[in-house]
Amino acid sequence: MPNTTHTNIRLHQMPAFRARCQEAFALGPDQVMILVGVGTCGLAAGGGQVLRAIQEELRLQAGAIRERGLDLEIRPTGCAGMCEAEVLVEVQRPGGHRVLYGKVKPDLARRIVAEDAVGGHPIVEWTVHRQDPGQTGNRAPAKQLHVVMENCGLIDPERIDHYIARGGYAGLERVLSGMTPLDVVKEVKQSGLRGRGGAGFPTGLKWEFAHKAAGDKKYVICNADEGDPGAFMDRSLLEGDPHAVLEGMIIGGYAIGADEGYIYCRAEYPLAIKRLRVAMEDAEKLGLLGENILGTGFSFRLHIKEGAGAFVCGEETALMASIMGERGMPRPRPPFPAQRGLWDKPTNINNVETWANVPRILARGFAWFAGIGTEKSKGTKVFALTGRVRNTGLAEVPMGLTLREIVYDIGGGIQHDRRFKAVQIGGPSGGCLPESLLDTPIDYDSLLRAGAMMGSGGMVVVDENTCMVELARYFMTFVQSESCGKCVPCREGTKQMLAILERIVAGKGEPEDIDLLEELGGAVKDGSLCGLGKSAPNPVLTTLRYFRDEFLCHVVDRRCPAGVCRALLSYSIDAAQCRGCTLCIKACPAGAITGERGKPHIIDAVRCIKCKACLEKCRFAAIRT
Amino acid sequence: MDRYMQMGEDAMNDRSFSKVNEIINHWERRVSNLIPILQEVQKEYRYLPEEVLTYVATALGMPPASVYGVATFYAQFSLEPKGKYVIKVCDGTACHVRGSEEVRYLVRKHIGLPEGVDTTSDLCFTVEKVACLGACGLAPVMTINDNDVYGQLTPEALQLVLDDLKKRSAAGEVH
Repeated sequence: MPNTTHTNIRLHQMPAFRARCQEAFALGPDQVMILVGVGTCGLAAGGGQVLRAIQEELRLQAGAIRERGLDLEIRPTGCAGMCEAEVLVEVQRPGGHRVLYGKVKPDLARRIVAEDAVGGHPIVEWTVHRQDPGQTGNRAPAKQLHVVMENCGLIDPERIDHYIARGGYAGLERVLSGMTPLDVVKEVKQSGLRGRGGAGFPTGLKWEFAHKAAGDKKYVICNADEGDPGAFMDRSLLEGDPHAVLEGMIIGGYAIGADEGYIYCRAEYPLAIKRLRVAMEDAEKLGLLGENILGTGFSFRLHIKEGAGAFVCGEETALMASIMGERGMPRPRPPFPAQRGLWDKPTNINNVETWANVPRILARGFAWFAGIGTEKSKGTKVFALTGRVRNTGLAEVPMGLTLREIVYDIGGGIQHDRRFKAVQIGGPSGGCLPESLLDTPIDYDSLLRAGAMMGSGGMVVVDENTCMVELARYFMTFVQSESCGKCVPCREGTKQMLAILERIVAGKGEPEDIDLLEELGGAVKDGSLCGLGKSAPNPVLTTLRYFRDEFLCHVVDRRCPAGVCRALLSYSIDAAQCRGCTLCIKACPAGAITGERGKPHIIDAVRCIKCKACLEKCRFAAIRT
Repeated sequence: MDRYMQMGEDAMNDRSFSKVNEIINHWERRVSNLIPILQEVQKEYRYLPEEVLTYVATALGMPPASVYGVATFYAQFSLEPKGKYVIKVCDGTACHVRGSEEVRYLVRKHIGLPEGVDTTSDLCFTVEKVACLGACGLAPVMTINDNDVYGQLTPEALQLVLDDLKKRSAAGEVH
């Protein structure tokens, strides 16, 4: 393994070292590699058991492996983005032959080892994707383009030599081979990269401010406080390819003149934190991080700060307060962090995905990057596609693709062939967009015009069984409880908005409430101090804009068309439709349904918790609301 | 009394706060390290006892109110003792639209938690609703003691997980 035999590489030794890494990474003639996805998603789906089953089976097959002269190896990888199909196991052979298996359980894992890896016969019925020798092209599924995800699911995230073999640290190598800090800033500016954390501020411009700011001590920060419910692309990047983020930060430090950086990661991501620590240690050993990087005299130290559970810490000034050990409360800007940031020193903050783009831009040049995407939104964006779509998971797509392409072509449409209702994009700061806007191209400006925002890239698809009013209430509950309480519009405004929404959901709303919500939403938007408050009304305001009828149904007709708002429903069974199959009886968590097999069942309205479980299980549309 | 409670009691009875001192010294007695200090203290005691907060404040030379302010600001910190098994039911958007409310209802019912209470009286189980755990593709999701992640939960799967947990708990295992 090249990384254990080397310490403190010099700049001129990098090409030779990379060549050795590549040689070790490439498969030998008799080598078979078994890749297992063990990111958080993979582990949640049972990746640990699958990994153990493979190890066991390899021991059992030891004789056959020796006989055939095979060299079998297991490689744990990060998330490849296909969450729905986890656990993912891939068998690779030399010459680009690869077979990807989905939904692998321990039994199947054993078969994969015995029949495919050792026996050479792929198990066709469990194959998700297959690539034969000679076939080339991007590993990414249809319509996707993997730039920041190019290593996820392919390399072992705890092996720096894998990252280097795949072209890692080539950006840093180029930067330190004669580029001035200003050259680097210029390159990033020309690439057109914009912040992937939400607002889409041009990254190069931000760097330029921090570069020009006077001061001998400066900081760079990675915002890994991915708090948006429904977003997990940053977690996957940190778990699947942590070195890309480190390399981006080292380059950023060089460009703005910082010798110290912080990664602020939320404590809910223990695996990401662990892999970051491993990555930092390995990079330091090789001389790619720390004192005198690659022998060039440039030094850069990195620290990890674990968050403690506060959504508002995703806001940059609050995040800095939290790093300094204080309550994570935002402060007014200006002064911007580029002038006065951490400990009042010039500071540059970017989010995980932004940092992960940087090494690629520096390694391949700004023109390559600027060639991807739309006129004003360059590059790719990773979206976390979840909710009621068939294929949940991560999708990295070039900017400018339409929402429809993501939901239907990548997401595979709505589960159980239900009707699409809305896509919630951008989390609690974003908005809910209806079917009529599905052809909106995804770029920063188009989404803003539609009343939503890119946000960090969460995309939750909801179908006809989701109540938009209740969803608006859900987001308001979230922002209300996460409001730090510093400024009045956010603290009190979100509380009042929530009270109104709760009233409507409880069936006690009045038509005036809708106007009041809009008025309040406008005030919170205009008057709040930070991004949290300024964007908090977005989910409600867009829902009012595109789904006003549903609000009216609740307050005028006292009806919830989606059948969600419990106060407005009572469940019963249509005796004419019910076949007495007992599925609903088994599904009911409250034990509220009774009846004999073959005879119509009955719901006890007193015990019923209105959870919808029966409605979802019933195959004969016999449940009435 | 179970082993964990005993450990907490022992630490509390030790007026010299030697473990807390160790943590504070490890973090160089710096105010900017208050959050990691509290995180480690909480790992030790499973919550933040009031007198420990005061002690930390004195050791760092800051007003107890400021330490209390930080301790109450972040969702991770608890001023009440938590159970041996902390079950976190995710209520991120994806989990929410795929039925996390029902999961939470079932977990609470299975464990026998009355309304308005999150920890069982024997300090065995705590059930929490948390913002996104970031495994949205496998919604609805929950974790037990941050180690075990369970995805695509159905009432049937949940039943198995909870039965197993109760067995482990009775056998005295931690995770």
